[in-house]
Amino acid sequence: MGSVRNITSYSGNGLRDWLVQRVSAIILAVYILTLVAFMICHQNLTYGDWSTLFSNLFFKIFTVIALFSLILHAWVGIWTVLTDYVKPTWLRGLIEIAVIISLIGYFIWGVEILWNIQGVLF
Amino acid sequence: MSDLTKKVHFKIYRYNPDVDQAPYMKDYHIDVPADRDIMLLNALFLIKNEDDGFGYRRSCAEGVCGSDGMNINGRNGLACITPLSSLKEPIVVRPLPGFPVIRDLVVDMDQFYKQYEKIKPYLQNSNPAPAQERLQSPKARLKLDGLYECILCACCSSSCPSFWWNPEKFIGPAGLLQAYRFLADSRDDHTEERLAELQDPFSVFRCRGIMNCVDVCPKGLNPTRAIGKIRSLLLQEAL
Repeated sequence: MGSVRNITSYSGNGLRDWLVQRVSAIILAVYILTLVAFMICHQNLTYGDWSTLFSNLFFKIFTVIALFSLILHAWVGIWTVLTDYVKPTWLRGLIEIAVIISLIGYFIWGVEILWNIQGVLF
Repeated sequence: MSDLTKKVHFKIYRYNPDVDQAPYMKDYHIDVPADRDIMLLNALFLIKNEDDGFGYRRSCAEGVCGSDGMNINGRNGLACITPLSSLKEPIVVRPLPGFPVIRDLVVDMDQFYKQYEKIKPYLQNSNPAPAQERLQSPKARLKLDGLYECILCACCSSSCPSFWWNPEKFIGPAGLLQAYRFLADSRDDHTEERLAELQDPFSVFRCRGIMNCVDVCPKGLNPTRAIGKIRSLLLQEAL
C-alpha cells in the first residue's frame, strides 16, 4: 500500500501474481489429469506408448505450457513463503536468485528433454 | 471452602518488563461459584483480587467493546463472553499472539490500528452532502450486514500467521473486513481509489485463506469472505 514496488515478486502486483497462480494451477491440474487418464488407458505402459505420447506435437506444446505454468506457480508460491519466513534481506535475496536460476534451468532442461524425444515406430 | 464454591486451576501468562527477565506462566487455584456459571473475565477479576499486580484490559464486559481479546486455551476470544464451563482445566490464558506484550495480558495494538487507519475507515464521497443525509435503500444497506458489526478486538488478526509475519505490510483480516465494508457501501464513491491502494502483493494478497479469522471471530463474522469479495472487485476492475 503506497509502498516500494516489490521487484522480486513475479509481477510486482498482488492481483496479477494471484491470477497467474490460479490460472497456472488450473493448467497444471488439467495436465496432470490428462497424464493420469493416459496411464489408466494404458495399464501396461511401455516406453513405446510413452514416447508416442510425448512425440505428439500437440502434447509437446501442452507439456511446455505446463512446465511454464509450473515455474510461474512455483515462483509466486516460493516468493510468498520466503517473504514470510526469511527475514534477513541479503539471505532472502540470495535464496530468491538461486530459486529463479534453478526454475529457469529446469524449464530449459525440460524443453531440451522434450525435443529430444523421437517417436518410436513399430 | 463452602459447598457453593469450587477450585478452578488457571495458568496465566505473566510478564512485567520492569521486573521480570522473561515471561512465565503462573498457576492459580481460584474459588469460583459452584452453583452457577461465570465468565472467564469474572474469574480474571477473582485472580486480580488475590494478586493485584496482574494486568488485563476490560471495559464493557459484555462482548461489545472488544477490550478483552486474549488467547484462551490456545484459541483467541473475548474473556467476557467465554463461560468458564466451556473451558477445560487447567485454563491457560495468554495475551493475543503475535502482538508485543506491554504487561501480562495487555498487548500493544499500535500496528493493528495502523493497518486499520490505512484502509481509511470512514465514508468518502466527492458529491456535496445533501441538506439532511445521504439516503441508502434497504437493499444497499443489507450489504453492510456481517461487516459493520466488527468491534476491532483483534482476535482475528492475532490468529493470522500472515499478520504475524508481515504486520507492517499485510492489512490483516480485521482491517480488510472494514475495507470491504466501505467498498460495499453505496454512499462511498471512492471505490476505485480504495482498490488501487490494495493491489500490491501484501495488503490483501498475503491472505492465504486459512480461515483462522473466521474460526475465532467472537462476533461470528467472516473476514475471509470479505477478502474474497475484495479480490473479485479488484479482478473486475483489472480484467
